[in-house]
Amino acid sequence: MNKPLPNTFRQGPDARGRFGPFGGRFVAETLMPLILEVEAAYEAAKRDPEFDREWRYLLTHYVGRPSPLWLAQRLTSHLGGAKVYFKREELNHTGAHKINAVLGQILLAKRMGKTRIIAETGAGQHGVATATACALFDLPCTVFMGATDVERQQPNVFRMKLLGAEVVPVTSGAATLKDAMNEALRHWVANVQDTYYCIGTVAGPHPYPAMVRDFQSVIGVETREQILAAEGRLPDALVCAVGGGSSAMGLFHPFLDDEGVAMYGVEAAGRGVDTEEHAASLTRGRPGVLHGNRTYLLQDRHGQITEAHSISAGLDYPGIGPEHSWLHETGRVTYVTATDDEALAAFQLCSKLEGIIPALESAHGLAEVIKRAPTMPKDGIIVLNLSGRGDKDIFTVAHHLGVKL
Amino acid sequence: MSRIAARFAALKAAGRGALVTYLQGYDPDPATSLALLRGLPGAGADLIEVGVPFTDPMADGPAIQRAALRALKAGATLAGVLALVRDFRSEDQTTPIVLMGYYNPILAYGTERFCTDAAASGVDGLIVVDVPPEEADEIEPLTKAAGLDLIRLVAPTTDEARLPRVLAATSGFIYYVSITGITGTKSASSASLAEAIPRLRRHTELPIAIGFGIRTPAQAAEAAKLADGAVVGTALVDALAASLDASGQARPNTVRLVLDQVRSLSEAIRGA
Repeated sequence: MNKPLPNTFRQGPDARGRFGPFGGRFVAETLMPLILEVEAAYEAAKRDPEFDREWRYLLTHYVGRPSPLWLAQRLTSHLGGAKVYFKREELNHTGAHKINAVLGQILLAKRMGKTRIIAETGAGQHGVATATACALFDLPCTVFMGATDVERQQPNVFRMKLLGAEVVPVTSGAATLKDAMNEALRHWVANVQDTYYCIGTVAGPHPYPAMVRDFQSVIGVETREQILAAEGRLPDALVCAVGGGSSAMGLFHPFLDDEGVAMYGVEAAGRGVDTEEHAASLTRGRPGVLHGNRTYLLQDRHGQITEAHSISAGLDYPGIGPEHSWLHETGRVTYVTATDDEALAAFQLCSKLEGIIPALESAHGLAEVIKRAPTMPKDGIIVLNLSGRGDKDIFTVAHHLGVKL
Repeated sequence: MSRIAARFAALKAAGRGALVTYLQGYDPDPATSLALLRGLPGAGADLIEVGVPFTDPMADGPAIQRAALRALKAGATLAGVLALVRDFRSEDQTTPIVLMGYYNPILAYGTERFCTDAAASGVDGLIVVDVPPEEADEIEPLTKAAGLDLIRLVAPTTDEARLPRVLAATSGFIYYVSITGITGTKSASSASLAEAIPRLRRHTELPIAIGFGIRTPAQAAEAAKLADGAVVGTALVDALAASLDASGQARPNTVRLVLDQVRSLSEAIRGA
């Protein structure tokens, strides 16, 4: 089909919160007025220089931004192809990119006069970031987390509790991220007056996909400046793992209109995309409506949502942000996959060669770099969003490697 | 006149409100579900809502979530629920049936084909919980073309400014969600209902049914008197669940226990 491509990929969403056919506001009437309130508050905050100033102050002095862009020389020589750079989001306070959007949202919640914060979490990174910001701003915080994830992410559960948050294990469904999000939405409906829902990814009803992307775009904006300073040109390729897709949107969005920059989003293939156990919504799913937005979903032919699987709790979600669905259909971003085993191998290689233990989520991105860099010329440049650190994953990895800690 | 309009008109003439019952299709199995459906009018249900099972019912509490999982385990599909309605309709031409559920199973079925098939199966109206007026252009022309009522939820959070927009797209009746919350968790106070229903009346001529949080015969009677109908869901689903054996299968008295409860709700409404 010769559908003309838009002359910019950066103008979405439209007034209805849609990226092409994706996105929107598919929520029950009880939530709708609240979603509209969040949207109006965010639009006002965006135009307020004081809001931006406060957020950036926190990013600089509390988070430690800008995060470095690291030339991974040993990995580069090992792979024998393009120069590999890491955008080191794992060095942020709390150890992942999540804190960027959390601080923005907590400032927004304060502007809205909300006095309680709720969040959902999978791996626990977003929960920890939210609990951290709530400690800083003295706001009560409740984090919904699938009971399965509570089990496999004990260190982060303990962290959240240390930070003063209440962690609610969710036992409905498969008791993972999807169910945690259902429960957070249910809790929000029942507590709309005083509660702000701090969503961790670029999914959910409008304005969340756009808002979280805007905050996370600090990653791509910095990367652009840093690579121009280091190399005098833009990179040839950007790579990032995608679950919901917030770290990937953050890296990609500022580059979407740069034609020469190829982009690869890496979905979790779990035990393989031809098995039942994966989390590759774009690769193996089809469009549907869940959690307030239209997007690619893992579902059966009757429209029932199926369970995702990934070794990485942060990628274990049967959907993906709506903007990714649109970028997939327009072809601007190429979505590929990495299996549990490939991620585990990348996790170990990165630890040994670069002295950096990556999060299992980021290891999926790295697995693609390991495949792709060797096929590129030596003067090529590939940038990986190293979105989180792997300390939280050492128990999982040890278990898979048959090591008893 | 549609079955829904006819039923509300007849009840108005009779001077009482409607008992609207909610059970999930296929809960706990297709045969029991059909027996329940067929028994409902005789037990006093004036309108019947059939829940369409979905894996991720965002607006529902634990009881209805579990009902959905039981139904899905029993093989529920949207096509299967339509077949249930057809079977019911072969014996009952007058009791209105409203399907209540979420958008994704409809999308998977194909919205246009679904509307046609639903109308042909004897469905009278739809409540699609996660399609607010802002997204309704996707389904409204199709329900209209098929002659199905699109029944909307109005919530306590729906303010004056928004109300006309929500009501403009509604037909059949208004479903007033009496609490800010999910199904089966808490109940609205009489005072808040006494304020909310007249507010709605100023904006619409349509009948109003109150739902979410109505459990007891007394609550049902009060809601049906204040508005034009009371929706009871979780309390019936709870009664059904309590009647099942340890493995979640129906027992011989499952249908009777649920219908007994419908009868006591109906008696309270008729006596009010």
